Amino acid sequence: MEDNLLLQINNISVVYSDVIQVLKGVSLEVKKGQIVSLLGSNGAGKTTTLKAISGLLKPENGKVTEGSIIYQGRPIHNSAPEEITRLGIIQVHEGRQPFKYLTVEENLRVGTATRWGKPYKKDLELVYHYFQPLVARKNRLAGYCSGGELQMLVMGRALMAQPKLLLLDEPSLGLAPFLVREIFEIIKRINEEQGTTIMLVEQNANMALQIAHYGYVMENGKIVMEDEAVKLRENPDVKEFYLGTATSGALKSYKDVKAYKRRKRWL
Amino acid sequence: MEFFFQLMVQGLSVGFLYALAALGFVMIFKSSSVLNFAHGELLAIGAFIFLVFSVRLNLPIPIAFIFTLAGTFALGFIIERLFLRPLIGEALIEVIMLTVGLAAMFKGLLLVIFGGNLFNYPDFLPKGLTIQWGAVVIQPVYVASFIIGIIFLSVFGFFFKYSSQGIYMRSVADNQPAALSLGVHVRRVFALSWAIASLVCALSGIILGIMNGINVHDISVMGLKVFPVVILGGLESIGGAIIGGLIIGLLETFTGGYVSTSLKEVIPFVVLVFILLVKPYGLFGLVEIERV
Amino acid sequence: MRKLRFHPCGNYKESYEEELSIFTTDFGRLWTGIGLILLFVVIPAISNPYLLYVINHIGIAAIAAIGLNILIGYTGQISLGHGAFFGVGAYGAAILSTAVGFPFWLSVIGAGVITALVGMVFGIPSARLKHLYLTIATLAGQFILQYLFVSWESLTGGPMGIMLPRATLLGFDVKGDRSFYYVIFVCFVIMTWIAVNLMRTRYGRAFIAIRDNDRAAEGMGIPIFRYKLLSFAISSFYAGFAGGLAAFYIGSITPEPYTLMLSIEYIAMIIIGGLGSIPGSVFGAIFITSLNEILSHTTQFFMNIGVLTKVALTIAPLREFIFGLAIVLFIIFEPRGLAEVWRIIKSSFKLWPFSY
Repeated sequence: MEDNLLLQINNISVVYSDVIQVLKGVSLEVKKGQIVSLLGSNGAGKTTTLKAISGLLKPENGKVTEGSIIYQGRPIHNSAPEEITRLGIIQVHEGRQPFKYLTVEENLRVGTATRWGKPYKKDLELVYHYFQPLVARKNRLAGYCSGGELQMLVMGRALMAQPKLLLLDEPSLGLAPFLVREIFEIIKRINEEQGTTIMLVEQNANMALQIAHYGYVMENGKIVMEDEAVKLRENPDVKEFYLGTATSGALKSYKDVKAYKRRKRWL
Repeated sequence: MEFFFQLMVQGLSVGFLYALAALGFVMIFKSSSVLNFAHGELLAIGAFIFLVFSVRLNLPIPIAFIFTLAGTFALGFIIERLFLRPLIGEALIEVIMLTVGLAAMFKGLLLVIFGGNLFNYPDFLPKGLTIQWGAVVIQPVYVASFIIGIIFLSVFGFFFKYSSQGIYMRSVADNQPAALSLGVHVRRVFALSWAIASLVCALSGIILGIMNGINVHDISVMGLKVFPVVILGGLESIGGAIIGGLIIGLLETFTGGYVSTSLKEVIPFVVLVFILLVKPYGLFGLVEIERV
Repeated sequence: MRKLRFHPCGNYKESYEEELSIFTTDFGRLWTGIGLILLFVVIPAISNPYLLYVINHIGIAAIAAIGLNILIGYTGQISLGHGAFFGVGAYGAAILSTAVGFPFWLSVIGAGVITALVGMVFGIPSARLKHLYLTIATLAGQFILQYLFVSWESLTGGPMGIMLPRATLLGFDVKGDRSFYYVIFVCFVIMTWIAVNLMRTRYGRAFIAIRDNDRAAEGMGIPIFRYKLLSFAISSFYAGFAGGLAAFYIGSITPEPYTLMLSIEYIAMIIIGGLGSIPGSVFGAIFITSLNEILSHTTQFFMNIGVLTKVALTIAPLREFIFGLAIVLFIIFEPRGLAEVWRIIKSSFKLWPFSY
């Protein structure tokens, strides 16, 4: 196995409640120090993939039934979330889930749960360094913070755990465009400065592919396309369906027909 | 006027007792949002375990005390493991009903083992603790309970506010999935909160027993009195539990002293309904933050 | 004539009315008919007075349990005050029939109405409170009512209680277990029929919507406070009605039985029977009442054997223990109660030998 491989997912199937199959043989690889983005429409199974990695399927009655997830050479599928987080995999849930009744700083301190008892002052400073606006909100209840602040809070909270692999689920959800830019800027900086490997699930394919090194496209519980992010950005299919930047105008041209055929090819 | 002061002192002592009893309740609620209807029975179990160690086995008081605390700590773990662990993630009503069932179970068990009689601890508190202030006399029990209470209340207040483990416990009560995703050991938090709560209950139970003697029925009624106290103070607030306890204690004693003794028992509940209508989250409770 | 249907082999409903119908097959109708014949012809003919006495208590408990299930199982509002509501019904019936001089049937219905009003008073906090807090409010209601039973002596007779006049209905004397049996079970059938049908109306659906997600229900235009209050009223009406029947059946009332323990017994009934299931409430009533009888008989049995009298005295509190245990075991192992067990048995018969 290559040395710089951090996470390897081999052909996993995930079934909820013993009946509903969501992932049908997903394989992907994450290299150390990279940002890998996972694109796809709603219900494609992106979030489920993340949960399969972080072990959070179990509370939702989901299970990895086939295949394996290898992290740093050891299988982690169907391990308890407590163990997986202690290996350095931290997931940031979609839709910003703060601890509403804890102050911002207390929220950040929960992030130290995986290494309870160790000093955490430095990490706090680091988080405040990346997420400046949080400093002013330090002692405010998280329930009363704005959406942008909350996104920073939940990401900062995850950063407190000193993750090796950070799983981000739709960090841009419901944020103003300039905030999205800022958040992605920070993600990129964290990756470059801290060397944190990041797996990014996004609807905003444009932003995601700008900062990612590698990208996967999911559809209906399967990976349908994968490539370097730069190449994906140039791929006509991705352009058409995810970036929305395909050459417009010339409506009833032959090109559209071709695009339609292309779609048929991988559904 | 003397009568008034005597009542006042008595009321404050009773109130303090309520506050102490409420503490374990607030602990469980803070960390797992479970409304524990078996609270009175936990108090009684603590009191009886101490009785067994100190009177039946005739151990020295400090050793009996430490054994009791250790025993109830373990008991809390066991209760959580056996009964509450299978229900993690189930609906609230089922968890509440489970504690109602546990209450009936424990009470029946205690009655089978010890019967419904009144028991007393040997008199072990030093007489020097008595405080005399004019005609008003404060019994050593009350002084001792006050000291122990203050120590424990501040320890737990500090624990929840500043210690990492305390913050983890609050985070679990707040948002379980998020806590799980950050690696908080949720099951351990639940077990720990039940263990600590059961320990605190034992402590309050022992003090109760010293004051009024130990009787299964009386102590389990005490567990229900906790509700007005915590509602008045706000379910999540330890400070609120203290103030709530004092207010309810005073109210009860004054009603008993000036109005009628039978009304005394029910007045906390009348106040409770009134509070719920006017200020549903209590004096210091957290207002539910609902964002859609 | 329309085609008779016996076994549904899947969901073939074609209209909304079909979806709402009580009996999905004519088999169901047949069984109901057989059940009614059993209930009104066979059981009274073969039972001895003691058995009838137990069955009567089951019937009364079942009416109250159905009411409580409407509140807890269907609307999702937990009440710990139903023991006291039952007591309000008993006192209501006693006072109406003695002080006001109402006849039997009017007293019992009046008792239901009074209890419904009282229940609504304690339901008012539900305007602002949810789950936990509301539960505590009803707990307070339990204690306040219990206090009133004992202390409002001019009205309730204090600890002495009230003697009720003999019940007469349509000129007949209702006395003895057998005649009460018919009265109780006619009431039971009517009340069950009302409850089952209520759940098919907009009111029933609103209740369920509130239970499942009150905010969403409010968003869909259901005035939740009004419906919660209505649910409290209906549920208390059932409890009060049952209480009134019980008061007449027993003949005299005292404040002792209507404690928190009774409330817990009723909750145990619907949890063991099955939350949100009308047949479940009946199963639960049968289970708890029989358990009660069996336990008190066992104690009695030991009591009569001279050597074991002491044992009997110590195991008397075991009743409470077994109660608690039953609740705990059901919640952990079969949270949907006996109704679910029944469904599993039925479907395994239906599907045999090809389960799945």
